[in-house]
Amino acid sequence: MAVTGLILIAFLLVHMFGNLKMFIGPEAFNHYAEWLKGESEDGGILYPLVPKGWFIWIFRVVLLAAVVLHMYSAATLWKRALAANPSTYAAKRKLAQTYSARTMRWGGIILAGLLIFHLAQFTVHAALVAGPYGGSPYAMVIGEFGIWWMVIVYAIWMLAVCMHIRHGFWSAFATLGANTSATARAVLNGCAWAVALLLYIGFMIMPVAVLFGWIH
Amino acid sequence: MVTYQVRDVSPDMSFLEMLDLLNEDLTVKGEEPVAFDHDCREGICGMCGVVINGTAHGRGDSPVPTTTCQLHMRSFEDGATIDVEPWRAGPFPVIKDLAVDRSAFDRIIQAGGFISANTGAAPDAHAAPVGKLKADRAFDAATCIGCGACVAACPNSSAMLFTAAKITHLAMLPQGQPERFLRVKSMLAQHDEEGFGGCTNIGECAEVCPKQIPFDTISQLNRDLISSLFKKDGK
Ligand code: HEM
Ligand code: SF4
Ligand code: FES
Repeated sequence: MAVTGLILIAFLLVHMFGNLKMFIGPEAFNHYAEWLKGESEDGGILYPLVPKGWFIWIFRVVLLAAVVLHMYSAATLWKRALAANPSTYAAKRKLAQTYSARTMRWGGIILAGLLIFHLAQFTVHAALVAGPYGGSPYAMVIGEFGIWWMVIVYAIWMLAVCMHIRHGFWSAFATLGANTSATARAVLNGCAWAVALLLYIGFMIMPVAVLFGWIH
Repeated sequence: MVTYQVRDVSPDMSFLEMLDLLNEDLTVKGEEPVAFDHDCREGICGMCGVVINGTAHGRGDSPVPTTTCQLHMRSFEDGATIDVEPWRAGPFPVIKDLAVDRSAFDRIIQAGGFISANTGAAPDAHAAPVGKLKADRAFDAATCIGCGACVAACPNSSAMLFTAAKITHLAMLPQGQPERFLRVKSMLAQHDEEGFGGCTNIGECAEVCPKQIPFDTISQLNRDLISSLFKKDGK
């Protein structure tokens, strides 16, 4: 749970950074997309360490494995919690749990559902709402985020993702043994907030900029 | 749920004395008294836990952690309706009314919450020095009374705080070292075997713990567990 979750957070940070290349311009962003897939002139990322076009597939396999293991661990924990909780209290007060901590399970399912749409849209290109884009990832992103409700869907999705990370980040470190004192707890929670906010702002600033025509 | 009215409750009564009053009344009326567990009535045995108005041991909004027997009726408003429920967790089957069977905890302790060395007579005071910070931490963790409030409050019904208290207690002391990494594995295996849920670091346990077992003992358990993966059993 903790290890795969941290891998996914690391991926999101890199992904967010990549998306920000939209602000530099079409050449930079399209080159980045080609470079990841090994289609750029220099042979792409890690070439010649790995053959052209291999990196993206290795990367995808690792990500997929992380996602599958993450969901498998979550399902196991959920099953155990359900088995251990055969009856519920008539009155139950919450003293410590945060909204994020309480919504990890259903929130995780919701954000995974939207991830499928996201991949169908930008990776498989089967769910492009704005229609064909002429082979330029830059044009594709501009097209999709020119639609106002698309930006709202992403804003809601990213809210689910970042709330998940707000609890997930600190919880992963606690599971790995870093919650060593009340001070450590405060630091970890502070970092979790920082990472969640950074990801939210970093991811959403580009679609918003597209919608308002600041990049076109 | 059954509603009973209890009269003549003094603000100085403990919660259990209020239940005694109720049971005397019920006995006089020829009705079945309400079963609840208790022993020391001074907050050290861990028998008396019930969920009061949704909080294990019923501290409610008070910042002071407490056991049910140390909770006083002055914490409630006169005439209030108070919701009292047993611990609800699969591994703690209800025996009757408010009394639950917590022997799953005994089996977790039996799985490794002890040291097997025969220590003989008390050693010379300075023979094996223990650092002040470690001694304090061991002592804090050793105050767990096995009441089960942590399980009762946990949305996962996990007994991780209870298990981690014993792991931390023994991991800080020289006597605990020889079996340290074997202990964490066997106790955790028994914890899972009993059907307790897994910890997701929510933190309700430490809020209701009458002995304020620190939340970070769970990270100590996780550290020892991770270390145990790289060590031979018992080393
Ligand atoms: C505002 C937020 C986001 C935007 C604008 C965005 C945009 C994109 C774009 C344009 C691509 C395709 C890149 C290309 O064609 O070369 C992509 C791929 C991808 N995105 Fe996102 N993304 C966002 C958030 C996320 C989040 C939160 C996740 C994970 C939960 C995620 C997971 C992925 C994955 C797994 C891929 C596929 C990578 C691959 O090709 O193997 N994205 N994203
Ligand atoms: S850790 Fe606290 S709440 Fe849990 S059994 Fe021990 S004393 Fe009770
Ligand atoms: S009766 Fe012993 S702790 Fe309450």
